[in-house]
Amino acid sequence: MRIRTVFFLSLLYAALIVLPHFLKYHQQDFLIFLTINILVVVSYRLVTLTGEWSLIHAVMMGVGAYTSALISKNFDISFWITLPLAGVMAGLVALLLSYPLFRMTQFYFLIGSFAAGEAIRLTWIQFIKPFGGTGGTSAIPSPELMNIDFLEPIPYFYLVLIVVSICVYLLYRIENSRIGLTLHAVHWKGVLAESVGVNTWNYRTLAFVIGSLFVGIAGALKVHYIGTVAPKQFDIGFMVFILIWVIVGGYRTFYGAIIGAVVLSILDEILRGVEQLRPAIYGATLIFFILYLPGGLESLPQKIRQKFRANRESAT
Amino acid sequence: MELLIQTVVNGLIQSGFYALAAIGLVLVFGVMRVVNFAHGELVMIGAYTIWFVHAQNGVPYLITVVLAILLVTAIGLLMERFLFRPMTGDPLGGLICSIGMLFILQVIATYVGGEGPSKQVPPPFEGTLIILDSVRIPYQRVFSIAVAICALGILWYFLTRTKFGWAVRAVSMDREAAALQGISTIRVSMIAIGVGAAMAGLAGALMAPLTNINPHMGHNVIIAAFIVTIVGGVGSLPGAVIASVLYALFHTFVTTYFSGTIATISGLVIMVLVLIVRPTGIMGHRVSE
Repeated sequence: MRIRTVFFLSLLYAALIVLPHFLKYHQQDFLIFLTINILVVVSYRLVTLTGEWSLIHAVMMGVGAYTSALISKNFDISFWITLPLAGVMAGLVALLLSYPLFRMTQFYFLIGSFAAGEAIRLTWIQFIKPFGGTGGTSAIPSPELMNIDFLEPIPYFYLVLIVVSICVYLLYRIENSRIGLTLHAVHWKGVLAESVGVNTWNYRTLAFVIGSLFVGIAGALKVHYIGTVAPKQFDIGFMVFILIWVIVGGYRTFYGAIIGAVVLSILDEILRGVEQLRPAIYGATLIFFILYLPGGLESLPQKIRQKFRANRESAT
Repeated sequence: MELLIQTVVNGLIQSGFYALAAIGLVLVFGVMRVVNFAHGELVMIGAYTIWFVHAQNGVPYLITVVLAILLVTAIGLLMERFLFRPMTGDPLGGLICSIGMLFILQVIATYVGGEGPSKQVPPPFEGTLIILDSVRIPYQRVFSIAVAICALGILWYFLTRTKFGWAVRAVSMDREAAALQGISTIRVSMIAIGVGAAMAGLAGALMAPLTNINPHMGHNVIIAAFIVTIVGGVGSLPGAVIASVLYALFHTFVTTYFSGTIATISGLVIMVLVLIVRPTGIMGHRVSE
């Protein structure tokens, strides 16, 4: 790591550790959800690296959430065990689904993943035992560790920060490893990659399973804080938010999606006063970005620089 | 036995709505290669028009139906001009634009109708047709299915017997070759989305007195339309109509004997199976990318 990166990161973490103490209660809540959402978008990025945009990521988050919630509630098993289990379960479901889903590409994959996700979500609604139906399941136990009260937002925020940091770091390493580079190759030069012996099917599956695993963990983190898990939390509406975050932030670099999630979540907080209008503003933002700034927010500095240079050149 | 016949009749009537809703999706995808996620919302706007103009302000039903069709067609044409046309050649971009549009249309509906419980529209055609002594069909449903069949018949005539229809089919087969033959792909795109949106508006207007109207009703519509489109074969209009009838019968049966949610789950599973086993659907041909 370069010295500048180290400096920047330590500054960021110092700020993040101090920040919650200066916030109001609902702002602390907001910070926790934002941190979890960062893991959601970063894990989604891994899935999209191969060029296939799935519409099942939100439901995979739900698979992790339900797994952790139901196991810890019904079998009285500690959160520290159910958290990794949530990831494993989401990964397994993804592995199972990959057989039918990856027989499709592009349009078919999109619709297929939407259908599979919706079928899973409707299963949670239909089978009141054990999932709890439309209202979901509540009274999910919160984590226990020594005497820390994880019902309070600040300790839970630190927990989330640690878990998310580790996961995001792992995802970062995966993307920059040989596997990640191969995934890029599968996306941009799929046929060429196959011709040099890359099994594209396996790599697509790998990305899908790993992405789902991490988003499963994110789901568990979320519901153990709220205390309730319900099908509504993981519907197509939330999936669309994930898409919006990634697109508005920019999907060409690793940090683009994070920028999108942070900026739009803050916008979302500001719009809290005009609850009814919120979806429309989101929709308009999405359309604006895809039409006029397809590179997302991350491409903005470069765009502005280019503009300046062009102006200077035309002036001389 | 009576329940059986009644279920078949209900299913057949339901299939009219599915066909009308799915046709637009198929046409737009065929011609522009865009999955219009906001298509369910077009149906919803059609239904809201009936609620607002007919039920709230007392304009006669039939006039409002025409109004709903015109309004939804206009929205469709605007979407083509400002969203799908700039996104030509970028299916993902078009899809995302339509998702943005979906939110905007839902918010407009919420503003017009306000929050709160779903709206109901009293059926303009009262009374019930009774056949075979026990099978009951409200006249409203008789009217709906008759109009749906007429609309589909006109569409079929338009697509197979007129020059415009040939152009539409030519573009959905091969956009470039059609353009080389001097067909204006932009004009054909406008026709496709115009016709598709008109059908969606009609579906919404016919559905309005028979269902609960709320800003999120488009969700169920789009799921049904996806299932019908995939099972029928992407880009195939006859396939979509056949699949509508099959799926509506299936859904009505499972809903009657089990539950609506199970019906939708099994519909989605069938759709995934079709995608695996026969991605071209019952009537479709492979879509080249």
